[in-house]
Amino acid sequence: MEFKPTIVAFLCNWCSYTGADLAGTSRMKYKPNIRVIRVMCSGRVDPTFVYKSFREGADGVLICGCHPGDCHYQEGNYKCLRRFKLMKKYITQMGIEPERLHLEWISASEGKQFAELVDSMTERIKELGPSQVKQVAETLAI
Amino acid sequence: MKEETVQKPKLKLAVYWGAACGGCCVSVLDVHEKLLDVIAAADLVFWPIALDTKYKDVEAMPDKYIDVTLYNGAVRNSENEHIAKLLRKKSKVLVAYGSCAHLGGIPGLANFTTKEAIFKRVYETSESTVNPDKILPQTHFEVDEGILELPEFYNDVRSLNQVVDVDYYLPGCPPQSERLLEVFMLIATGATLPPPGSVVGASEKTQCDECKRVKTENKKVKRFYRPIDIKDDGVTCFLEQGVICMGPATRAGCGVRCIEGNAPCRGCYGPAEAVIDPGAKMLSAIATMIDSNDEKEIEKAVETIDDPAGTFYRFSLPASILRRALV
Repeated sequence: MEFKPTIVAFLCNWCSYTGADLAGTSRMKYKPNIRVIRVMCSGRVDPTFVYKSFREGADGVLICGCHPGDCHYQEGNYKCLRRFKLMKKYITQMGIEPERLHLEWISASEGKQFAELVDSMTERIKELGPSQVKQVAETLAI
Repeated sequence: MKEETVQKPKLKLAVYWGAACGGCCVSVLDVHEKLLDVIAAADLVFWPIALDTKYKDVEAMPDKYIDVTLYNGAVRNSENEHIAKLLRKKSKVLVAYGSCAHLGGIPGLANFTTKEAIFKRVYETSESTVNPDKILPQTHFEVDEGILELPEFYNDVRSLNQVVDVDYYLPGCPPQSERLLEVFMLIATGATLPPPGSVVGASEKTQCDECKRVKTENKKVKRFYRPIDIKDDGVTCFLEQGVICMGPATRAGCGVRCIEGNAPCRGCYGPAEAVIDPGAKMLSAIATMIDSNDEKEIEKAVETIDDPAGTFYRFSLPASILRRALV
């Protein structure tokens, strides 16, 4: 059976979600593998959300925010960038391929870029194969 | 006085160590002369470090015979698991005592690796080992006198509540003896206990709320240091000096002892109220302190944190969301 990855995507309300909406209203086609969760700001993405996504079976996690300098809350996206870099280091230590976590800036006008991003990320995760996190975490005493 | 003791039966108390260092049992003794008050109110029916009670004596007890059991240590092998389940059955109240029982603790760091790798290191490659035949511990071994048994060493370390239901958690590495005494006296005097599942003997606030070091609202650092790389001024918040201190993500209750002793908090009291994953909160707080918006500079600052997983989850890896490394 073909592997269909599940990608959890956290999109900021002001730019990236609107960008994804534009892709939809413009009837652009992209892979159906993402599950979008709208957050008010990429700075709202608590690392807990990312870990929980992996723990519950996500094969990849995508975070999208406004371009640097464009954050609705001045610096939420910078905070997200700093957390993202440290989270990558942490998940690598936990044996999760760092490519499974991705951050991209998508503005409200970048519907096309969003559609392309989802396609390319889905391809990358497909190459990596299914994430083992859920299965390993649930196999307790072995 | 005598009449009162006749009317009121003494509490039955048990203390057990799973995968532990013994520090928790010593912390029980650290109540010093107050131990006499404890013994006046309670009989210790099972305590391997101090009493010669056998497992079969515990097995012979009726169910719910023990009033309070303090279980310290993580669950790392089949013996720990067996006794955890046995004590659950025999106890009215089971307390996860100390960081290891509460969150997995230091033994929980074994979840970064596997049983196989641990055995290889300990029984084959360590510098002080001579084992040319590569003999490893077996769970069963036949000798003339019969079969010898050893507990099975698990691949995975668990906190107590991942094995049995736990009534209360008393955090700390080890818990402060004063807190234990407070909790014990509450039970002994028959006061109303908090709802099951509560963390007792600790505050709902974080270390930072109790810490007396000088702090500013906006913490900004260009890089991080290990405590040995920097001369602590003894006054300023550790984080503002660039030293990782687990204070923001750690429950108060210990009396900020490490910080008062000029060492940064390591997080043994576990997450603050309602926090699922202490390391996630810590990572979140630490990362945002980086004083740069430039990707390259941020990467450089992140590089100065040597071991984020081991630092942020020093006492809580098995209880964290990801639980163990994929190896």
